[in-house]
Amino acid sequence: MVNPHWLVRNKGLLFLLPSLLLTAIFVYGFIGTSFFYSLTNWRTLAVDLSLRDPLWQTYTDMLAMPRFQADLRNTLVFTVLFIGLAVGIGLGLAILLDRQIAGRGFFRSAFLFPYALSFIVTGVVWRWIFNPETGINLFFDILGINQVLESAGMRPLSPGWTTDPEVVLSVNQVLAHALPGGATFQIEWGIPVALIPIAIAATWQLSGFVMAMYLGGLGGISRQVRDAARIDGAGEFRMYRSVIIPMLTPITISTAIILLHVSLKIFDLVFAMSGVGPGFATDVPAIFVFEMMFKAARYNLGAAASIVMLIASCLIIVPYLVHTFRSRET
Amino acid sequence: MSLKRGILWFTLGFALILYALPVYVMTINGFKDASSVSLATMWQLPGRASLGGFAEAWAMLSPNLRNSLVMVIPAALLSSIIGALNGYVFSKWRFRGSEVLFALLLFGFFIPYQAILLPLVRFLQWISVYGTLPGLVLTHVVYGISVTTLIFRNFYVNIPGSIVEAATVDGAGMVETFWRVMLPLSLPAFAVTLIFQFTNIWNDFLFGITVVPNPRAQPVTIALNNLSGSFSVDWNVVMAGAVIAALPTAVVYIGLGKFFVRGLVSGAIKA
Repeated sequence: MVNPHWLVRNKGLLFLLPSLLLTAIFVYGFIGTSFFYSLTNWRTLAVDLSLRDPLWQTYTDMLAMPRFQADLRNTLVFTVLFIGLAVGIGLGLAILLDRQIAGRGFFRSAFLFPYALSFIVTGVVWRWIFNPETGINLFFDILGINQVLESAGMRPLSPGWTTDPEVVLSVNQVLAHALPGGATFQIEWGIPVALIPIAIAATWQLSGFVMAMYLGGLGGISRQVRDAARIDGAGEFRMYRSVIIPMLTPITISTAIILLHVSLKIFDLVFAMSGVGPGFATDVPAIFVFEMMFKAARYNLGAAASIVMLIASCLIIVPYLVHTFRSRET
Repeated sequence: MSLKRGILWFTLGFALILYALPVYVMTINGFKDASSVSLATMWQLPGRASLGGFAEAWAMLSPNLRNSLVMVIPAALLSSIIGALNGYVFSKWRFRGSEVLFALLLFGFFIPYQAILLPLVRFLQWISVYGTLPGLVLTHVVYGISVTTLIFRNFYVNIPGSIVEAATVDGAGMVETFWRVMLPLSLPAFAVTLIFQFTNIWNDFLFGITVVPNPRAQPVTIALNNLSGSFSVDWNVVMAGAVIAALPTAVVYIGLGKFFVRGLVSGAIKA
């Protein structure tokens, strides 16, 4: 029995009920269901919801797959490249625009523009810009970089980009010494050349967003702070390095978390630029999940990978949300 | 001082050229005709501008553009309205535990959607909207609620509570206060959420490709990706198609950039 007085007192709750119900089903219920699928024997088109024995076998199998190991490596490498580039460039642009300058609004809009486009549009175009024969590699010739390299007796620079299976700066040897069992990795731990164009395209798309975040923060730093730094004899460079950038730390953290979240679930851009890539050089967990669920009918495996993605996201997002809500209450 | 200005301008100009490169490539190649487009000349301007690529891309993509529109308009509207109601309650009619419920609701914005994909598809099949635009609208509305609620809550928090109290003293109920007092004040917030949702939903790829397997019923992002992967389509058509698919969000951005940036900041939960 629902007590009507209780409802009157909690009219607000009544309003929220549809949304809460939908969230309970579509978010929490579905996550639970996905997790359940990951523990079942459902790995063909015929639905089989009996539990696996041993229960965690799908996860064990998945972690032993060279492809999934490559996915984890790719996510890590992509995240570092992408966040490093996007935060660095975004901050640089924000600092350049942090002054009275003609056309400031125009530059700001132009750098933020890519953010309004879809990753598919971006990916379709960048894929051809990084075409090894006629794309960006031409500039290595035009700018004379290759002539210099050749005259120094080195190979000309002409990476295959998204078609390049090479993994550079491999650290397997180091890992073999440093980690127990490190010699048993089935994949090359290093930077897959094919991932670099994807990180660049993602940077193009999101560095303007980073710039906008920093410009918001810079706008909140008062003239007095800048004047005080100048009076103390700090030049432009010192002022940013020692005073302003440290003051922007909360923005750096928020931005990095948002970008991290983008990189953990990156899908469309990779899908449009390269797909799984040569030797899984550009495969990422989101593509793995998609292929297992919608191509290979390995439903339990796809579900298991999606749960790993969710856990990785939660490790970042939950502390961030808790922190945001705490600081709001005080 | 003027040397410093010079370096500043040079750096900004150089960055601008780099940022414009992809837009340059897709636009100039879109304007080439089928006989003159080739990868070897991808950086060169067309000898003679041609609209042939755009005509062909339009013919191939217009059904999907229509699908995108039919999907994005109701989805953006509905999720904004629901977000307004929720944001109103979460900001002006708090009750014990409402902050916790808000956090639980907000969590939905941050999950990788892969983790709900399989149950979602089975659920949509079960209620017979799988593979249809209404199914896609439902999906976007449900997963849009968290962010629209966030934007409206942050907007309403800054409206003085005394306005709501005054209306209540005058005998207006919760619904009436919302309808007569809050809603007329909410236009800026609606602009932000509508633009935010329009851009997000228009640019979506994951839900489109998984919820709607039939190519004829798919949104334009999926159709563009198919076009790009097809070997029988000339390259100028692909580039023209990319321009066409990008145009709606680009126009919204150029026209309403102010609200766009606000949506960004709200999306980044800076209350």
